[in-house]
Amino acid sequence: MQAATHPFVFTGCVELRQALGLDALDERELLDRVREAPPDSIFFHTYGYFLRHRPVTTAYGNDFARWAAVEARDQILSERLAVVDPFSFATLDELREELVTIIHDHLRGVDAMVRLPFARGFHFQQSHIVEVPLGPEVSTLGEFRDGLARVDASAIYLHTVEARVRRGRRSGDFGEWFASSLGMPALADEVARIDAHLTTLERVRGRLLDLVEAALQEGDA
Amino acid sequence: MSRIAEYRHLAPQGTVDILERLAERVRGRRFLHVSGGRLGGGSAQSLRAVVPVLNDLGVDTSWEITGGDASYYTTARVLQAALEGGERVFTEDGIERYVETNRMNAKKLDLHADLVFVHDVQPASLVTERAAGRWVWRCHFDCAAPQHGAWSFFRSVVDRFDAAVFSLPQYARRLGVPAYILHPSIDPLSDRNRDLAPRELQTVLASLRVTQDKPLLLQIGPFTRGRDPLGVVNAYRIVKKHHDVRLVLAGQAEDDPDSREVLADLREAARADEDLTVLELPADAHIQINALQRAATIAIQKSIQEGFDLGVAEAMWKGKPVIGGATAGIAQQIIPHVSGYIVHSVEGTAFRIRQLLNNREQIPRMGAAGREHVRRAFLITRQLLDYLALMVHLAP
Repeated sequence: MQAATHPFVFTGCVELRQALGLDALDERELLDRVREAPPDSIFFHTYGYFLRHRPVTTAYGNDFARWAAVEARDQILSERLAVVDPFSFATLDELREELVTIIHDHLRGVDAMVRLPFARGFHFQQSHIVEVPLGPEVSTLGEFRDGLARVDASAIYLHTVEARVRRGRRSGDFGEWFASSLGMPALADEVARIDAHLTTLERVRGRLLDLVEAALQEGDA
Repeated sequence: MSRIAEYRHLAPQGTVDILERLAERVRGRRFLHVSGGRLGGGSAQSLRAVVPVLNDLGVDTSWEITGGDASYYTTARVLQAALEGGERVFTEDGIERYVETNRMNAKKLDLHADLVFVHDVQPASLVTERAAGRWVWRCHFDCAAPQHGAWSFFRSVVDRFDAAVFSLPQYARRLGVPAYILHPSIDPLSDRNRDLAPRELQTVLASLRVTQDKPLLLQIGPFTRGRDPLGVVNAYRIVKKHHDVRLVLAGQAEDDPDSREVLADLREAARADEDLTVLELPADAHIQINALQRAATIAIQKSIQEGFDLGVAEAMWKGKPVIGGATAGIAQQIIPHVSGYIVHSVEGTAFRIRQLLNNREQIPRMGAAGREHVRRAFLITRQLLDYLALMVHLAP
């Protein structure tokens, strides 16, 4: 089995949440706050939803859509926000602009809106990711498969979502390692095509394992 | 088997590995919790579980408590009630004595640590005597709408910490220091939540005179208007027209006339209905509450007053669907239509109970989904991860 030029270290993470003291009690305030919230907060409420909602299918896709449906009871806005796929935007600013446009356009057709009590408002947060290297290092695709099968799901999140969006590694850590250290660009391309939107970290793990298994069998053939 | 090893079988795959790695990173540093006492629920209940496990993980963790005379406890209690939004009267003299007592507490206690976690109001002003290390105020209650006078004093205390921690963003005030969010958790190995053998379960239920001959509806919680047990009785009466069920309300009356009145009304309702049982349980009736939750067909937590209310997570851990009131704390725990329902009225509660009783196959399905949700989001292992991550973040 081919050994990597550089080993791979699986790294899990713990998400430390911080309240920002930015609150929206109706859809108009949501628009204002989405405009002014720090990029890390936009990240938290869109991509971060993927980490927090892993036990069940992500019903709304992001926190804004969930709030619009459950608290503001604005189903149309919720559906329009839910369809936003954060993974299709190159930058957080582009994603923010899309959210702002959707809410702004929606508000043009709204005559009156209910002002919610504070407890039911949208409360902006951001997160600090504490990384936890899980070891041991892996050097072959077989070792990678065995490690991937047993690591905490937060490692899937860190190496796919965090790596791509906040660390600027556009192929994600797995894809980069397959291409640059194992010399397997075709596998890297297939991994990059995994649609992570509206699924769970466990399903992403399953798809990754299927791709790696297929590559291993191809190597044996 | 060590406690950590036991959690490995209960927590999600890989969680204990991350805990052990994080613990290695903070080894050699001292972690101190300070609270107002070691007994009762809330912060003390959480610390009784968390402190030994952190030490098991090799993280040097201790727990100190503050004390004083009757006026100290009274002022702290009144101050907390005012910070929770109640209209309370407190005097400058009382506040001065509270601050002075904590100054004396600071001299008696060993407050030297890398990270000092001060829980709730009673010990909070210890921060004025802080030495080295990072200090964090852990607020276990809803502090979003405090009485103005209480907040104007207390904000000056909170701003002397390095950070604050709240259970939900909705419970936080805008502060001059970072406010982190850590959800509370349950300990699956405690008497309140551990597995009970069938024989033990039946023995406890027999001692409470609770039978399982009919579907059992259950609400656990203090007999206060905020928990709305009378609303639960009214919902049960609507359901009773269609289903032969029992309702058990288990908890304690609080030390105020209003709560005693609620209990009296509940007893009056139970007198005329043998399927309605009101159980007054002591604060340490953990195994009894465990048994009741395991015996229940549907758990109800129909609070109308804010509070995190971990009874929801406890019931879900025992595989029960939960019908809960629309408070932020309960809404954080229930996944609507997956692990239970959020309701806004007596009628809504009755509707959802009937829906479940008429579609019984949903009950185990929702129960199983709730247990998995708790496994990932509300077990003590997740809270330990949060504590250690906060230590890494604040005191690297």
